[in-house]
Amino acid sequence: MKPVRVFVPKDSAAKSVGADDVARAISQEARARKVELEIVRTGSRGAMWLEPLVEVEVDGIRVAYGPMSAEVVPSLFDSQFYFGANHPLFLGLSDEIDWIKRQDRFTFARVGIVDPLSTDDYEVHGGMIGLRRALGLNSLEIVEEIVASGLRGRGGAGFPAGIKWRTVAQAASSKKYICCNADEGDSGTFADRMLMEGDPFTLIEGMTIAAVAVGADEGIIFIRSEYRAAIAAMQDAIDLARKKKWLGASILGSDFSFDIRIRVGAGSYICGEETAMLESIEGKRGVVRSKPPLPANEGLFGKPTLINNVLTLATVPRILELGADSYASRGVGRSLGTQVFQLSGNVARGGIVETSFGILLGDLVNDYGAGTLSARPVKAVQVGGPLGAYFPKSLFNVSMDYESLLAAGGMLGHGGVVIFDETVNMTGQAKFAMEFCAEESCGKCTPCRVGAVRGAETLHKISQGIEVSMNRGLLLDLLDVMADGSLCAMGGLTPLAVRSAMLHFAEDFESEGGD
Amino acid sequence: MAGTRGKRTKWSKESATAVLDTTRDEPGPLLISLQALQSRFGYVCDKDIELVAAACNVSRAEVHGVLTFYRDLRRTPPPNHLVQICVAEACQSLGSRSLVEAIERSCGTRIGETNADVEIQAAYCLGNCALGPAAFVDEVLIGRSTVEKIRSELSKSELRR
Repeated sequence: MKPVRVFVPKDSAAKSVGADDVARAISQEARARKVELEIVRTGSRGAMWLEPLVEVEVDGIRVAYGPMSAEVVPSLFDSQFYFGANHPLFLGLSDEIDWIKRQDRFTFARVGIVDPLSTDDYEVHGGMIGLRRALGLNSLEIVEEIVASGLRGRGGAGFPAGIKWRTVAQAASSKKYICCNADEGDSGTFADRMLMEGDPFTLIEGMTIAAVAVGADEGIIFIRSEYRAAIAAMQDAIDLARKKKWLGASILGSDFSFDIRIRVGAGSYICGEETAMLESIEGKRGVVRSKPPLPANEGLFGKPTLINNVLTLATVPRILELGADSYASRGVGRSLGTQVFQLSGNVARGGIVETSFGILLGDLVNDYGAGTLSARPVKAVQVGGPLGAYFPKSLFNVSMDYESLLAAGGMLGHGGVVIFDETVNMTGQAKFAMEFCAEESCGKCTPCRVGAVRGAETLHKISQGIEVSMNRGLLLDLLDVMADGSLCAMGGLTPLAVRSAMLHFAEDFESEGGD
Repeated sequence: MAGTRGKRTKWSKESATAVLDTTRDEPGPLLISLQALQSRFGYVCDKDIELVAAACNVSRAEVHGVLTFYRDLRRTPPPNHLVQICVAEACQSLGSRSLVEAIERSCGTRIGETNADVEIQAAYCLGNCALGPAAFVDEVLIGRSTVEKIRSELSKSELRR
C-alpha cells in the first residue's frame, strides 16, 4: 500500500508562520507512531489566514486542516487525520473551502497543489501542453492568439500583451531578449513571489512560448533580492528544465533554442520600472530611460526586448493550452480574463484572490477579506500599490477592472489591495507616499527627486497645523508638477496616492484650530 | 541581500581578484561584480573600487555611482545579526512603525546606526503582506512579527553561529 500523502506548504509566507515546524512535527510524530506518510512540500493555496494549511489525500481527494501549529500535530494523529478524520481544525475538502471554491484559478491553477520542483507533477497537471502547441504554430499565430485572449500587462501599465509581442516579433534583429520583470516591489503584492515559489515551471514555459513567438534566444528573470526562496526555486526549476530539454538547445526535440538566467536585484524599488530594470541588468545605476525608443525596439543592450511581468507570462501557457476564448470569455469590457488580487494589510482573511475582472472592491474587502484583523471598521483601502489611490468605503461599489478604477481616480497596478482600519491617519499615509518617493526616486527628473522631499515637508507642516490652507494649495500645485514633469510612474503617480487621500479623507487634512 | 553574515571570508586582493574573475566577462558586469564581492566578504570595501573599475573597464566614478545607488550594497562590515522590518503600507496598517520603535528599545540601537552586533534596517516590502508585520532576522522571514518573535529568532540565530 502506498503511504498516505500529506501536503505542507513551503511557501515563504507559510514558513513565516511555522510551516517548517509543522512539517517537522508531522514527520517526527509519524515515525514515533509508525504511521507511514509521505510529506509533499507544495506552494501555498493562497489562503494566508489558514496557514500553515495541512492537507491529506484521501482516495485521491484532499482534505484540509488549519491554521496548524506544531503543538497541535500530536492531536492530529490522535484523531487519525491521515484517514481524513474530524478534528477541531478540520476544514473539509480543500476544494470546497468557500474562500477557495468561489475563486477562478486560471493563472494560479497549480499553485499550492503541485510539488513546485516535480516535472512529473507539472505535466500531470497540464504543464507543457501550451508550449508543445506553440512549437507547432508560427510566430504570427501565437501572437494573434495572445491578442485575441485580451491579456494585458499585469505589472501595472495594463498594455495589451499581444500588441507588445507583435512589435517585438516584427523588430528586425538577429538578437532579441525576453525579460521577465519579477521585481515585485509594491507593498501589498506577493503574487509573483508565490507563483515563482509554487509553480516555477509555468513561468519558464510562458517565457519560452514568448521566445518562440518573438524569435528570442535568451531570457532573463530579474528578481528582487528580498525574494530569496523565489530565486532558489526559479534556479532549481531552470536547472531541472534544462535536463528535461524544456530549455536549452532543441527544446522538446524541435529546432528551437532558448535559455533563461536569473539576475538578482540589489535593493531598489525603481528597478521595477522597465527601463530602470534594463539599466540595472546592464550593470548600471537603475535610472529610468526616456521613451522612445521603446524597449520592444531598443531594449536590453540596445536589442529588441520583450518585457512582461511574471503574472503576464505565467498566464500564457494556459491560454495556449485552452485557447484564447477561454481567457477572453472571462472579465468585463476591455479587462478580460482573471486578475490575481492580493488582499493584505489589516485584513482578517488575507491572501490570493484570483477571480474574473469586475468583482466589486467591497466584495473583495468584506466577502473575502471578512473585514479587518483588528475588528475595527475599515477606513481606507489602497488599491494598486504605493502609487495607487486610497479609496473610502463610499467607493466600495467600484468594479475592479482597469477602466472602472481609472474612472474612479485610481488604478489597478499589480492588483494589491491593502486595508486600513479607522486608526489610520491619512496625512501620515500621504506623507509616507512622498517619503517613499524621495527614498526610491532614481533622481533623473527634478519634480520627482526634489518634489517628493518638498511634498513630505509640506505634509509635515499640514499635520502640525501650520498655515494649513496655504500649504494644501502649495501641495496641490506640487502634485501637478510632479505628475506632469516626471518620466515614469514613480513621480507621475505618487501624486495619485496623495491626491486621493486629500480628496476622500479631507477631514484628516484640516488643521485642529482652523485657519 | 543587504549585509547578511553568510559565509564571509577575510578580504585579500587575491580573493577579490578571484571573485572578479568569475564576473568580469559577463555582459554588463559592474553590478554583479559588486554583488559577488559583497556575498564573499559581507561588504564592498574601499579597496575593491579600483579593482572593480579595472576588471569592468570603467572609471572609479562609475563604480562609486553604482555602489551608492543600491540599498543592498554596504560599505561597512556587516553586523552579527541583521533585523529588517517592513515599514511599507501593508505592514504599517498592522503597526510596523511602533514595532520598529519597540525593537529599537529592545536592542538598544536605532535604525540607520551601524552596530557590530545587531543592526536594524527599515525594509520596503518583503512579500509577506497578508501576514504582516513582516521582518527578516538574518535569513529567516517572520510573519505576524512581534518583539518576542524577533528576539526569539535572534537567540536561535545566535546559537547557529
